[in-house]
Amino acid sequence: MYRYDSYDQSIVDARVEEFRDQTQRRLAGQLTEDQFKPLRLMNGLYLQLHAYMLRVAIPYGTLSGRQMRKLGEIAAKYDRGYGHFTTRQNLQYNWIKLADAPDILAELATVEMHAIQTSGNCIRNISSDQYAGVSADEVADPRPWAELLRQWSTFHPEFTYLPRKFKIAVIASEDDRSAMRLHDIGLKLVSRDGRTGAEVYAGGGMGRTPMVAPLIRDFVPEDEIVSYLEACLRVYNRYGRRDNKYKARIKILVHELGVEEYKRQVEEEFAHMRTLGLNPPTEELDRIRAYFAGPAYETGLEDSIDRSDPAFALWVDRQVAAHKQPGYAIVNISLKPRGGIPGDASAEQIALVAELAEQYSLDELRVTHAQNLVLPHVKMADLHAIWQKLDEAGLAEANLDLITDIIACPGLDYCSLANARSIPLAQKLSERFAAADRQKELGELKVKISGCINACGHHHAGHIGVLGVDRKGVENFQLSLGGSGAEDASVGQITGPGFSEDGVVDAIEKVTNLYLEQREEGERFLDTYRRLGMKPFKEAIYG
Amino acid sequence: MVEFLSFREGETGQEPAVTVESFTGQSNSTAVRIEAGEDARELLPHLDRLSLVEVNFPAFGDGRGYSAARILREAGYQGELRAVGDVLVDQIVAMRRCGFDSFRPDKALDDAAVERALHRYDDVYQKTIDGRRPIWAKRHPETVNG
Repeated sequence: MYRYDSYDQSIVDARVEEFRDQTQRRLAGQLTEDQFKPLRLMNGLYLQLHAYMLRVAIPYGTLSGRQMRKLGEIAAKYDRGYGHFTTRQNLQYNWIKLADAPDILAELATVEMHAIQTSGNCIRNISSDQYAGVSADEVADPRPWAELLRQWSTFHPEFTYLPRKFKIAVIASEDDRSAMRLHDIGLKLVSRDGRTGAEVYAGGGMGRTPMVAPLIRDFVPEDEIVSYLEACLRVYNRYGRRDNKYKARIKILVHELGVEEYKRQVEEEFAHMRTLGLNPPTEELDRIRAYFAGPAYETGLEDSIDRSDPAFALWVDRQVAAHKQPGYAIVNISLKPRGGIPGDASAEQIALVAELAEQYSLDELRVTHAQNLVLPHVKMADLHAIWQKLDEAGLAEANLDLITDIIACPGLDYCSLANARSIPLAQKLSERFAAADRQKELGELKVKISGCINACGHHHAGHIGVLGVDRKGVENFQLSLGGSGAEDASVGQITGPGFSEDGVVDAIEKVTNLYLEQREEGERFLDTYRRLGMKPFKEAIYG
Repeated sequence: MVEFLSFREGETGQEPAVTVESFTGQSNSTAVRIEAGEDARELLPHLDRLSLVEVNFPAFGDGRGYSAARILREAGYQGELRAVGDVLVDQIVAMRRCGFDSFRPDKALDDAAVERALHRYDDVYQKTIDGRRPIWAKRHPETVNG
C-alpha cells in the first residue's frame, strides 16, 4: 500500500488547519453560509436534510487495517455509530456537527486520510478495481496510476473550478468492476510492444443524461498520461457548458462537439502540453509502484477448502473469488444483509473488518463501487475462521451480485437533492427476495436504486434500475431494464409508467418471473433481456 | 483591506484595458481584457505589444480564466496578468500558479487572510509555468535536473 512521505503528509496537515480556520470563521459569524459553502464543499462537507454529511476519500478504494479502524472510531465518536460506503468507494458520515469537522479531519490525517476534493466541481477521488493487484488477468496493478493521478489532481491550480465535477476511474482488466466507461474519464491499462499505457475513454456518466464513454485514444504511454489528461481537462474547462448545471458534465461537451471533434481538440492541446515538461519522471511512477509490489505471499499452501459445513460452502461459492497466488483467495464481505441499508456498517463492524484485514489479509482491504468490502489476500486455510467471525457480526450474507446485493443512494432519508426514499425500497426488495434458493436461481442480477435523477445509485447501469421521482408530492418509482456498468456497459431503458414503492417491488418480481420462464441455457437476466428486448417484459409488467 | 495586490516588481499597468475584439481589430492599446469564454489564443500573435492582460472572473466558480492565464504564460507572455472580478482570497494561490501576478477583486481582501493563504502550503504536486519545483521533482532531483 502507498504510504505518505513528508510532502504528502504536510499537504494534508495544512489542509486540516486551513479548514479549521475557515470553520472557526464560520462559527464566529465572520463568514456567512453563502461564503462558507464553497469552502466546505471543497472538503466534502455537505449540509443535508438533518445534519452535515462528511464524505471521506478512500483513494482507489484501498485501506489498511489502521485506516479502517480509524473510520470506525470516528463513526463511534462523532456520528451515530455507523458509516455509509458509497458507489465512489468513499465513506460518508451522515450526522456530523460542524464544530467537530476539523477534529475529524485531523484524526483522519493521522492515518494518511483526508476529504480533499470529495465534492465541488473538481477532480474527485480516483476510483479503481477492488481486485487490483490480486486478479490474474490484469495488465498491471492500476493503483500506482491512480495514486499518481491523486497527487496530480490534488489542488490542481487550473482544474479546481471546472464546469462540473469530474470523475476518473483506472482499471487494468478485461472485466470491468469499476463502471469505468460511466466515468468522465476512464483509463484502461494495456500493454503494447512491452510498454504499459492506457486506453482513454471520455464523456461517460450517469445523471439525467446517461452516456457510455467512447474511446478517444487507444494508447497513451505511462510517462505521458499527465500531459494527456491536462489536455482533456483544458478543453473541457474552456468549452464545457457553464450556462446550465445539468448540461455541464464533459459527456455533454463530447456529445455536442462530437467525439471526433473533441478528440481533435484534445490532440491539438496535447501536442502543446507535451512540450511543457508536465509529466513526472518514470522514476516517480516506479517509486509509487514499489509500495504496491505484491506482498510476501507464502508458498506451498493448502489450496483446497473443507466444505463440510453447508452454510460455509454456500458463502464460499458466492463470496470468494480466485486470487492470482495459489493458496490465497479474495473474500467479498457483503454490506447487504437481509432488510439492511446497502453500504452501511456499524462502528463495531468496521472495527471487526479492520481486525480481520490485519490478522488475515496482509493488513489490507478494499471498498467496492457496489458498496461492499473486500479482503484481498486471504489464505484459503483461514476462510472458515473468517466466515465464522463475519457471521457473528452479521456480515456473512452470501449474495454477491445477486438480486439482494442492491446498490442504493442515501435518498430522501438523508439527501437534500432526493425526490424519493431509496433505502426503504432497497429493504423491501431485500426482504421479498430473501430466500437463498430463489436468489441463487435468479443468478447474477444487479439492482440499482437512485432517489433522484442525479443517479448516485447508478440506476442507469442496473440490470434492473429504479429511479425515484416526485409526482405531485407523491413518491413514484420508474423501472428500467438492461443497464450494465461492466465491460458490456449499457444504459437501461425505462419500462413505462412508474409505480408506488410496493408496486415497483411487484413489478420486479414479474420481470424476474418472466426471466425464469424464458431464459436459455447459461443466460443471465441481462442476457435474456438483451435477446428478447423490452416488449415481453413490458407485457409481463403492465399486461 | 487590500483592493489591489501585485507581485510584480515596479509599476503596474494603469492604462484602461480594451476588449479583445477592439484590441485585435486595430487598437494600438497595450492593455486588453479577456472575458470568460473568450479565446486567449487570439492574443498570441500580439503578445509583444501587450503590457497588461486583465482576465475577468464573472463568478468565483467560473474557472475558464485559469486556463486563459496558463495559455498566455505558456506562450511566453511576460507582461502583467491581472485577475479581476469575483476573485476570492482562497483562490489567490491557484491563480498565482496559473501565472497571474496582480489582482483587483470586486471585494477587497483581508490582509491577514491573504498572508495566511500565501504561506499555507509549502509544496505543490503539479508543474505549471510559475517556476515552482513540484514535489515529484524534489523527490527525484538527480533525474529531473539531468
